[in-house]
Amino acid sequence: MPLKALTGNESMAEAMRQINPDVVAAYPITPATEVVQIFSSFVADGLVDTEFVAVESEHSAMSACVGAAAAGARVMTSTASQGLALMHEVLYVAAGLRLPIVLCEINRSLSAPINIHCDHSDTMGSRDAGWIQIFSENVQETYDNVIQAMKIAESSRIPALVTTDGFILSHCLERIEVLEDSEVQSFIGEYKPAYSLLDIENPITVGPLDLQDYYFEHKRQEIEAMREAKKSIEKVNKEFGDRFRRRYDFFESYKLNGAEIAIVALGSTAGTAKVAIDSLREEGKKVGLLKLRVFRPFPYEKLCEVLQKFKVVAVLDRSDSMSSTGGPVFTEARSALYDLTTRPRFVNYIYGLGGREITESDIKKVANEALKISKTGKIKELVQYLGVRE
Amino acid sequence: MKKYGWKELPLGAILKGEWSTENFPTGDWRSERPVWDEEKCTDCFLCWIYCPDSSIIIKDGKVTGINYDYCKGCGICANVCPPKVKAIEMIPD
Ligand code: SF4
Ligand code: SF4
Repeated sequence: MPLKALTGNESMAEAMRQINPDVVAAYPITPATEVVQIFSSFVADGLVDTEFVAVESEHSAMSACVGAAAAGARVMTSTASQGLALMHEVLYVAAGLRLPIVLCEINRSLSAPINIHCDHSDTMGSRDAGWIQIFSENVQETYDNVIQAMKIAESSRIPALVTTDGFILSHCLERIEVLEDSEVQSFIGEYKPAYSLLDIENPITVGPLDLQDYYFEHKRQEIEAMREAKKSIEKVNKEFGDRFRRRYDFFESYKLNGAEIAIVALGSTAGTAKVAIDSLREEGKKVGLLKLRVFRPFPYEKLCEVLQKFKVVAVLDRSDSMSSTGGPVFTEARSALYDLTTRPRFVNYIYGLGGREITESDIKKVANEALKISKTGKIKELVQYLGVRE
Repeated sequence: MKKYGWKELPLGAILKGEWSTENFPTGDWRSERPVWDEEKCTDCFLCWIYCPDSSIIIKDGKVTGINYDYCKGCGICANVCPPKVKAIEMIPD
């Protein structure tokens, strides 16, 4: 398998080149700019057959993607932060029309105040839009996730968003194994759209008015599709693992065997957490990590199975729901275990907003506090803000 | 009319066949109707191009009338008909 030195952005653009989508409509935004810029040079150099639509905003980008996908094209785009927020309205349209668009999303905070660095507020802001959401720990995963997302989206007829962490991964050079173009093509296969607006022999209506009497039924279909998507994800993960020997699942269990407490994290922080856990294990502390990869659909059954045996679960959230009681991963993970008669205690740490660094010692602090709760049974504060000055 | 359940409905409300808009006349939404004058019409087809409801009927290269089963009375056809021709007039329905 060829080795390459690629940044997160380059790896996404490279995966897009190998997928060779029919249409890419995009608007550049930091830190995702490079994905669009690199891909547009692939177009200019004739390395792809893609129709590249340079639009005037992200709202238009997603609208053009919806139009192209409804015409039966294989469609991709990329954005970050405010760009994803500007797409928000049209994300729901893509999902509602069941168009398997793949979006390469670079996680970045949202204004105000203005900040261009990493957190997960943008992606979490669109968690209810009906898109599959996959998080990446490093550049290798970013690349692999984009390729898998295309197949997952098309087989479940739901759009998918693959995220990588802004700057931390988007601009970080890593040595990764890439696939051959032919391997990617044979893995994703030929795209057979469910419908095409351009098929004039079989005229269709797309996006009709759907009021009190039918809207609910169509949303129910979408909810079911998200449930069914879990099967597609499993199938695609397995096929990818069998073919290319890199195994993926809804989440990764890291040193959870024999652990007393578990930390839950997603994205690049999982890498830092692994280092912290290795060192704590050497000290004889029984701690492990559950790295969540797929956030939508939320794998609550599997999560419940794995997390139920722990005394304490500390959830790291790189965004806050502004609900006053913690972040989205915390809320959902805790809810997944609610029905158990004996269940772990849960605590939440909001961290890293606006790119605030998270270090090994931060994670050790979380682990040590969780171990203390496990001993005393006492939680001082349910939600804490890691590394924020008072 | 039978109300379908979510398992029976076309995916994502993408409609074809029995669900075609042809089977759902919407002409009764109208408060004004376009009246077309065959004598004045020059068959420029501007109204046909602009009508959002495909309600201008054309046969053998000529406008032959308006399909009131679907025409919603928006008045676009009367508006785009060239001012010197004025072959379509909107009247209360
Ligand atoms: S009034 Fe509107 S809908 Fe009716 S024929 Fe004219 S353009 Fe078409
Ligand atoms: S726009 Fe007026 S002149 Fe032109 S085809 Fe229609 S009715 Fe006739």
